[in-house]
Amino acid sequence: MDVVVCVKHVPETAEAELRIDKTGKAIEKTSLVFDINEWDDYALEEAVRIREKQGGTVTVITVGAQDSESTLRKCLARGADTAIRLTDPKFENSDAYAIAKILHSAIKNLHYDLILLGAQAGDDGSAMVGPILAEMLNIPHATMTKKIELNTGTAKVNRELEGGLEEQLEIKLPALFAVQTGINEPRYVSIMGIRKAMQKEIKVMGLADTGLTEADVGPAGSWTTIEKLYVPPVEKQAEFLKGTPEEIATKIADIVKSRGLI
Amino acid sequence: MAKIFVLVEHRQGRLRDITFEMLTKANELTEKTDAETTAVLLGNNIVEHAKTLTEYAKTVLLVQDPKLENFNSEAYRKILAKLITEHKPSLVMMGHTSYGIELAPRLATALGTPLATDCLDLTFEADGLAVTRQMYGGKVNVKAMLRKAETYMTTVRQATFTAEKPATPPNGQIAEVPSLLTEEIAEKRFLQYVLPPSGGVDITAAEKLIGIGRGIKDQTNMSMIEELAKTLGAVLACSRPIVDKGWLPSDRQVGSSGKTVKPKLYLALGISGAFQHVLGMKSSDLIIAVNKDPKAPIFSFADYGIVEDLFKIVPALKGKIYELKGQKA
Repeated sequence: MDVVVCVKHVPETAEAELRIDKTGKAIEKTSLVFDINEWDDYALEEAVRIREKQGGTVTVITVGAQDSESTLRKCLARGADTAIRLTDPKFENSDAYAIAKILHSAIKNLHYDLILLGAQAGDDGSAMVGPILAEMLNIPHATMTKKIELNTGTAKVNRELEGGLEEQLEIKLPALFAVQTGINEPRYVSIMGIRKAMQKEIKVMGLADTGLTEADVGPAGSWTTIEKLYVPPVEKQAEFLKGTPEEIATKIADIVKSRGLI
Repeated sequence: MAKIFVLVEHRQGRLRDITFEMLTKANELTEKTDAETTAVLLGNNIVEHAKTLTEYAKTVLLVQDPKLENFNSEAYRKILAKLITEHKPSLVMMGHTSYGIELAPRLATALGTPLATDCLDLTFEADGLAVTRQMYGGKVNVKAMLRKAETYMTTVRQATFTAEKPATPPNGQIAEVPSLLTEEIAEKRFLQYVLPPSGGVDITAAEKLIGIGRGIKDQTNMSMIEELAKTLGAVLACSRPIVDKGWLPSDRQVGSSGKTVKPKLYLALGISGAFQHVLGMKSSDLIIAVNKDPKAPIFSFADYGIVEDLFKIVPALKGKIYELKGQKA
């Protein structure tokens, strides 16, 4: 089974304090640590597990500048066989639609039985690239995938609905699955894996290699353009409790007690 | 007359809340632009739903087919592509739900219609449709413009618009349209609904909940939290990352893909407050949150906030509660 995994190199922002940059259209990224998008991490793990069980290949592909090679190296270290990086100054400020077109231009020439990627990215959270790519490749898809069971020519997948409910679907292969976090437990990178990954070549492709034109990519080829970023307005603000941990603990305990909860 | 399409979301015989939230927003937009709200309802034996929707929309486009018994994005895509091409609505709205996420990007690509997902607000401006959405897990808001087009498509976030019946009843008409599906969708078949196995604890019944999130960092830190829960007489709940890591079973998850809880106390430890989680706990009577990031969104929902390392607060709090309980005894 040949699996293509689309990954994105994104800043880790869950515990970081963010600042909007001078353009007003992006955040300041210099102090942020970049890594593989969390959802894509699960997609890669799923691909490597499939390859370990059934044989075949795992190809990782990304659209990104030079620094995104660290994410591709990580994927190679974790078990991917080959890596492709699509990069061009003209790709900058592409939205999810334009990114899907760029990925499509390379993936359509690869052999694949399965395409995996994260259900969304931690930066723009658009959750669009997967289904758009599936439409362009004319293959069936499922998003929010929590379980994949491969059979001959088909796959049984569980999709996450709301309120803890899931739906099970049967989908013909080749297909694209956008996976939800928690589908597996991504492995740690082994030292052996890192050594091996350093020797592997990353194929780099630019606009000229994709068959796309300037009008297909960047802002010109996008559905949406960012006008401005701003800090979400605060409708309500918590009353902050201050002091030493002991003092704070006393305040919390008193509040809880005053509500008759102790 | 210009139309706004709202794709009705329903499952297992129930119209979902997001449907009414979208219809309310659509009515607000149509009032301003002299357009008309059209609810688009696809399913099987759903005339009752259509009747309900006439109280919210001027037109209910109804497509009934046994092949639409359960949601299937491919079946929906085929039917909606035809309806959108025929009616040319200025806007198509869907929920940013599991169904909307599955369907909208593919349909938009097939039609060449610009799409913005997970929108918090929509406004028609001179240059086209402006949307408000979020980035970086809700830490930043974005105003974005869609490329100018005859029809725009959006998915909108759940529980963002408050559902309200129109002040003037629209007395909507039901227009039934024959289904164009000639056969079952072969490449994508619905098999069944699945409920993950229960872990035996019902967090929705708990009076006091301690909600833990990514800030717990390591599984070895769980025991410290469990001790606090025991002392306080609280039940442990969590945000998504804790379930993903397998530290707590999935029935402890609070949020849009988990449970909705309304305890008397929700003590949030190391939870940043992504909207998916907040959706499930914001109606708690008393919310106290501990997080290291002073800008964490959870502080906009909490009654009391503590910007501190939770590993310093937890042992101190456990000691304090122990003391208070001793006095009481």
